[in-house]
Amino acid sequence: MVAVKQAIIDSVSPEYAERTALRNGSSYPQIWKILDQVYDPELPGLSLWDLGVLQSIEQKEDTWEIGITLTYSGCPAVECMQLDIISVMRQAGYSNVKVKILVSPIWSSEMMSPQGRAHLKSIQIVPPNPQQLVSCPICDSHNTKVISEFGSTACKALYQCLDCQEAFDYFKSF
Amino acid sequence: MIKTIVMQHIMCCPKALKICKGDDKTMSNKSNNLYRFLVAQGDDAIILSHRLSEWCSNAPYLEEDLALTNVALDYLGRARLFYQYAAELKGGDETEDSIAYTRDERQYTNLLIHELPINDFAYTLLRQYFLDVFYVEYMTGLCQSSDQRIAAIAGKSVKESRYHLKRSQPWITQLAEGTEESRRRILDALTELESFVGELFEMPEWEQQLVTDGIAFDRQLIREKWDHQVQALLSASDINILDSQLKIGGGREGIHTEFLGHLLSEMQYLQRAYPGLKW
Repeated sequence: MVAVKQAIIDSVSPEYAERTALRNGSSYPQIWKILDQVYDPELPGLSLWDLGVLQSIEQKEDTWEIGITLTYSGCPAVECMQLDIISVMRQAGYSNVKVKILVSPIWSSEMMSPQGRAHLKSIQIVPPNPQQLVSCPICDSHNTKVISEFGSTACKALYQCLDCQEAFDYFKSF
Repeated sequence: MIKTIVMQHIMCCPKALKICKGDDKTMSNKSNNLYRFLVAQGDDAIILSHRLSEWCSNAPYLEEDLALTNVALDYLGRARLFYQYAAELKGGDETEDSIAYTRDERQYTNLLIHELPINDFAYTLLRQYFLDVFYVEYMTGLCQSSDQRIAAIAGKSVKESRYHLKRSQPWITQLAEGTEESRRRILDALTELESFVGELFEMPEWEQQLVTDGIAFDRQLIREKWDHQVQALLSASDINILDSQLKIGGGREGIHTEFLGHLLSEMQYLQRAYPGLKW
């Protein structure tokens, strides 16, 4: 059972492979690395790269254009993400930075990195998986039920373990 | 009752039709149509979003409170994406905020079903279910738009609407087959709402032109599918759609029910009292 879950966490989705190829083929590896220090404001420790919303880095004349996608179209964290990107870039000595919200590609939880999923698990949030295997992060029981399709943020659903009674978040497969 | 009010509005305000047209002489016909389409899509989304947000702290229990407001948030995001595109198209001083906060009732072009009050939980959920079924189909169709940006917004929206439907659909069955009271409330909601469904499938001339241009999606194409899907669910709970002869419309022309003005006065209060105010 534990092996199955580890396999889910370690798996590399085609969407993530595509993003990795884009990053590896980019002429600005140093910028990608700098932006690894920008985290989701509501999921501390999960970088925008690992979350899958950091999509593109371009240099246009003297301006750095950073492209991010929205997880959910009404995500209130996006303004904070924009400010954090600008501030981290400034600290690294890049002052001309523009953050663009891209409508395409459309974000999917499959864009998340294996490290991102591992991090979610470490903070007791069940990572997204298309098979919708939602087992309790405390006791590993599969005997769980959904309490609400929406949790504390749009990207999570609220579950409860029927064995140990713990309520927990599932990062929705979306 | 509602129909009478709508008719009175039309008769009292002949100028309304001119105001709401919003044609800009500096834009070509095609851009004008596109602009109207984007604003109308944004209007549908923001008005429904505002209605759903009225449940904040008022829902039957905490999880429902979270769910209703999260759906509201998705629609707010959808409205912003359409408004931002519209504002860029128009240029000048126009922004997503000026579109949302500085237009009057007559300039809003949302379809009426979005603006109806929240009434009770059954009513809110039945409207949501009707719209979820509609938007899953409509946004799927709109993904084929030749306008890449519209197609991308539609792609995002269809995912969200699918998720909303997953939640609203079981609620309808649960309420319809729950207690005597919950069933009565669903039936009352159905009587109120069914006259407003027809408008979802109607298109003004400019929207038809956009369909011909490959930009908009033909609403007529999904009418039958919507009917089948909704009827299948309701008849499983022994409920018939009455197929009301009364079809109320006018939203796209800026002719609204009495309820929109009240909604706007609340939604726009801050920007009206303190124009240009920022957080």
